[in-house]
Amino acid sequence: MKFAVIVFPGSNCDLDMYNAVVDTVGEQVDYVWHTATDLSGYDAILVPGGFSYGDYLRCGAIAQLAPVMNEVRKAAAEGKFVLGVCNGFQVLTEAGLLPGALIRNNSLKFRCHPVGLRVENANTAFTRDYEQGEVVTIPIAHGEGNYYCDEETLAGLKANGQIVFTYDGANPNGSVAGIAGISNEAGNVVGMMPHPERAVSELLGSADGAKMFTSVLNAWRERNGAASTR
Amino acid sequence: MKATVYVTIKENVLDPQGNAVQGSLQTLGFDEVAKVRIGKYMELTLDTTDRAVAEERVKAMCEKLLANTVIEDYRFELEG
Repeated sequence: MKFAVIVFPGSNCDLDMYNAVVDTVGEQVDYVWHTATDLSGYDAILVPGGFSYGDYLRCGAIAQLAPVMNEVRKAAAEGKFVLGVCNGFQVLTEAGLLPGALIRNNSLKFRCHPVGLRVENANTAFTRDYEQGEVVTIPIAHGEGNYYCDEETLAGLKANGQIVFTYDGANPNGSVAGIAGISNEAGNVVGMMPHPERAVSELLGSADGAKMFTSVLNAWRERNGAASTR
Repeated sequence: MKATVYVTIKENVLDPQGNAVQGSLQTLGFDEVAKVRIGKYMELTLDTTDRAVAEERVKAMCEKLLANTVIEDYRFELEG
């Protein structure tokens, strides 16, 4: 399986994301610069956190127009696995690949600490190794992670099982329905504010994020037949 | 031609920044401030004299980039 980690000017979780792939599943992974115009060789696209383009205008607003994003849209439409974390989630909402938007935390504070996350949908390609309803510990690090969508969109998210993670316990940012992560309708595109790539070893305080990576590898293997190992 | 674009947070979307500024104004004794909403003001200089075209183009700019219509409203004025 081959992973791409998209790198925008201002991405800063790209190295963590790359190493999380190496450490958890040991599959092939490349950094792909925002100017790239071909992602056809990749099975999963990871959009990492950071402050792409300095968060100018709005978080993710400029990044969603980078050349590589047309390829990410294409990959998503083809059913390839796409994961956006933190700023990557913001980029995917700005790009229209996920519904809603992420606004300033209601506390106005940058929140940077581990949170409890409830797995609301353990059937997506990125969460299938978790138990439905399981609570895991993964850190957040954001100032604008307050998920917003209108009531109609929220009803749709609930009806289609598109809410992937919610905050367990105190809502750290004011997100609608305590939403921490969602998927698109097809389920192959997932965006989340918490950082699973920062929780792949007990030495980091938690290894609960590792299953995001093993999940997608298993999903890919299932899709491509059990014989595929690489 | 000059376009002045105003991007504001939708009425039903929380504006924590506005709330904080309102609190600070009240601390200063401006108790009459019932609500504060913070938005963006942008000035665009356009290389065109055709008002109808500018109107259409600036609207497209707002829809595609300048505002996120999930959470923001926009309006603009054309001058010159």
